[in-house]
Amino acid sequence: MMLKGHVWKFGSDIDTDAIIPARYLNTSDPAELAKHCMEDADKDFAKKIKKGDIIVAGKNFGCGSSREHAPISIKACNISCVIAKSFARIFYRNAFNIGLPILESPEASDKIKEGDEIEVDTEKGIIKNLTKKEDYKVSPIPLFMQELINAGGLMEWTKNRIQKSK
Amino acid sequence: MTKRATTMKMTITEKILAAHCGKEAVTPGELLNCKVDIVLANDITAPIAIKEFKKAGAKKVFDKDRIALVPDHFAPNKDIQSAEQTKMLREFAKEHNLSLYFEVGRMGVEHALLPEQGIVGPGDVVIGADSHTCTYGGLGAFSTGVGSTDVAAAMITGEIWFKVPESMKFIYRGKLNKWVSGKDLILYTIGDIGVDGALYRAMELTGETIENMGMAGRLTMCNMAIEAGAKNGIIPPDKITEEYIKGRAKRPYKFYQSDKDAKYVDVREYDCNKIEPVVACPHLPENTKFVSELNHVTIDQVFIGSCTNGRIEDLREAASVIKGKKVAPYVRMIVIPATQEVYRQAMKEGLFDIFLDANASISTPTCGPCLGGHMGVLAKGERAVATSNRNFVGRMGHPESEVYLSNPAIAAASAVLGRIGSPEELK
Repeated sequence: MMLKGHVWKFGSDIDTDAIIPARYLNTSDPAELAKHCMEDADKDFAKKIKKGDIIVAGKNFGCGSSREHAPISIKACNISCVIAKSFARIFYRNAFNIGLPILESPEASDKIKEGDEIEVDTEKGIIKNLTKKEDYKVSPIPLFMQELINAGGLMEWTKNRIQKSK
Repeated sequence: MTKRATTMKMTITEKILAAHCGKEAVTPGELLNCKVDIVLANDITAPIAIKEFKKAGAKKVFDKDRIALVPDHFAPNKDIQSAEQTKMLREFAKEHNLSLYFEVGRMGVEHALLPEQGIVGPGDVVIGADSHTCTYGGLGAFSTGVGSTDVAAAMITGEIWFKVPESMKFIYRGKLNKWVSGKDLILYTIGDIGVDGALYRAMELTGETIENMGMAGRLTMCNMAIEAGAKNGIIPPDKITEEYIKGRAKRPYKFYQSDKDAKYVDVREYDCNKIEPVVACPHLPENTKFVSELNHVTIDQVFIGSCTNGRIEDLREAASVIKGKKVAPYVRMIVIPATQEVYRQAMKEGLFDIFLDANASISTPTCGPCLGGHMGVLAKGERAVATSNRNFVGRMGHPESEVYLSNPAIAAASAVLGRIGSPEELK
């Protein structure tokens, strides 16, 4: 998958309450959740982003709650991909399970600045900074996670498995 | 091959995972499909799981007695939308005849309820669409938080994929100082290693201090393993575990112990004689200080409850501090027993009289204010001391409010003082 967009930069330890505050969890409607994406980290985030934009953050992105509403709200407000130094483990699972592309790249996290235009090849694991004319290394996506992506998410992968065992 | 496998040294976490995927041995990094003993979800996470379950065209759950649905976060329903969410759980439970659905009146904060009711036990593999599912490690179980889609798949298959985590060993030595509890040890540990200090790893909590700690403190410690990024927290089961589980366990259980030469990526030792009551300052659980460094911080609210510290032992501790005293003027203290059983026990022991005499309020079980849901949401600029587990920006209400995390004794003393402080200051 090739993704291209402008970057919104965040720091480390962006928690799930910042990504989607609990006060909005009385619904699981993606469109409704999208309106409040990243609200407690950047109040106007959902209003100012454009389709395809990319979040670049520091370490431990998505720490805290198991709420799948967090990656759902990011995906539903049309962020194409999240790049971070590292991801909290439940957020990491959830992102793959629902099909939100995420990439670990300490180098990209350090060098990309807000507003840079970048291009991401999720399959080859290449991040190109079109503004700065730089390429960054990406930690390879584990084989099994690639399998989940290819299947179209965890539910499809599960269905395939049940089919096979019959 | 069998010989090699049986001589391989494993941690308790590795042994439980191996036993649940039919292998003699597993190693960190290995990917497994594990059988789960209990699958859990609540009123916030179950609706997405139920939608995914239906979207997949599933007709049957894998086992009607192994799926626990607990409407506890916004229940009793705080608004119409929350009512619609809990209704989804109720209807799904009815449709699939789930035996572990807990209606308001039977309900409690999930991670206090499941151990108390003997639904989870030593040696289990438990997954829950709630990050604090790691609590049950206190019983010697492997339990971990996952997302709603993971729960949807597990409700169909009774299985889940895991990468075997590396283990970190924590050894606690010495006697606990006065007013220091499991909460302080885990906050101290998170302060030491940071909110991602155990990322993707198992935290194995051991040592004489833990061996002498009651089950409430053990559950509190494992509850907060996630605040260090861990996959699970786990405590080797022993006589105290046996005592607790006896008469509660609804299913057979098994004690696993780490081999003496099992491999750990890190081993840390703490001398508990040096640990005073700990408070985590805004806005991360790793921002820890000793309570004595914070006695200038004035407060507006105190919350005693949650899956971390809403058990009877916690309420007793708070009551022992506040007995005969009053909550400071313009400060509100909210006490929320975590389950119906805790509620009844507290009432029987006269703890409610102590709280009421002190001008504290008492609520029916709910997660409520811990996540800024209801029953004690903070206004702009307000500051709370809470016995819960997270103090992120906006966690208990307005993004410009502040949460300090502490144990129940410090929380109760702070309510009386109107500022952060210790029970020693009340004398």
